[in-house]
Amino acid sequence: MGLFKFFSKKNSKSIAKDRLKVLLISDRVDCSPEMMEMIKNDIIRVISKYMEINEQETDIHIKQSVTIDKKGYAASICANVPIKNVRGQRA
Amino acid sequence: MSEVIVVTSGKGGVGKTTTTANVGTGLAKMGKKVVLIDTDIGLRNLDVVMGLENRIVYHLVDVVEGNCRMKQALIKDKRYHNLFLLPSAQTRDKSAVNPQQMKQLIEELRDEFDFIILDCPAGIEQGFQNAIAGADRAIVVTTPEVSAIRDADRIIGLLEAMDMGRMDLIINRLRMDMVRRGDMMSVEDVVDILGIDLIGAVPDDENIVISTNQGEAVVGNQTLAGQAFYNICARILGHEVPFLDLAAKRSFLVRFTGLLKRS
Repeated sequence: MGLFKFFSKKNSKSIAKDRLKVLLISDRVDCSPEMMEMIKNDIIRVISKYMEINEQETDIHIKQSVTIDKKGYAASICANVPIKNVRGQRA
Repeated sequence: MSEVIVVTSGKGGVGKTTTTANVGTGLAKMGKKVVLIDTDIGLRNLDVVMGLENRIVYHLVDVVEGNCRMKQALIKDKRYHNLFLLPSAQTRDKSAVNPQQMKQLIEELRDEFDFIILDCPAGIEQGFQNAIAGADRAIVVTTPEVSAIRDADRIIGLLEAMDMGRMDLIINRLRMDMVRRGDMMSVEDVVDILGIDLIGAVPDDENIVISTNQGEAVVGNQTLAGQAFYNICARILGHEVPFLDLAAKRSFLVRFTGLLKRS
């Protein structure tokens, strides 16, 4: 992005649109960082019951995606949970 | 069968009152019986925009409190025999009326009118709740600016949460020269972000200021804004009207006025 900005001056409309999209996601979700942390810890606890996961590298974030009718954007919650090992069973 | 439309925006100063006046006048010109209700208690403005400020005797709060009959408070517009205004109170505040009372008031008007159009105050507090309480559908007005679009998005969220029957978008104060330069979001950009149906785009037109100075509506006259509002009224009535090519007309006007200046 930095390089892109350096080489071609972005017009102010694109800046406005990009700012708005990011702004609206947080507006629409209305979710505090503390709540995100709580959701993350709960997800770790649930998955840990079944799998050995890398807790340090687990990351959840809210991202923007196009709605099914392709008419607008909706926020969705994305969790990235690296699996180290599957617990028990065959061992 | 009557239809109750609330004109709302969240942000102030984007053109709710101008839109209400022009849509109401336009529908009346098309032969519908229309009443406009100013729900902005304490900051009454629709009467001034309509040029009816000298004819107010009773107002919305008087009707709700039973100080007068509905008929006494309705101001008949002398220019259009089927256009009426129910003005707001200037010396009271939003808490003078509650959503339940608004619903009753609207029910009383339904038998009499084809369209009941509510001019909503800015904000999302009680005034907004009062205005949307009895509405069948909403027109959300915004301008192509970050702050106005953000507020419109919030309003759309609130209207969705209360199951508003239908929502349509008006994008006001478009400047096609700036859109072409890439310095203003286009109609498509705004529709893309807000994700509700577009019912009209109104260009930034100095004739709006001129007509508001005179207490008259522009709808239906030869100005670009006048045509845009006329088309919006036709779409409200369910007619398929193609969107104005603002760019073409604007450039023609610019060229034309350029010629005049040179000669």
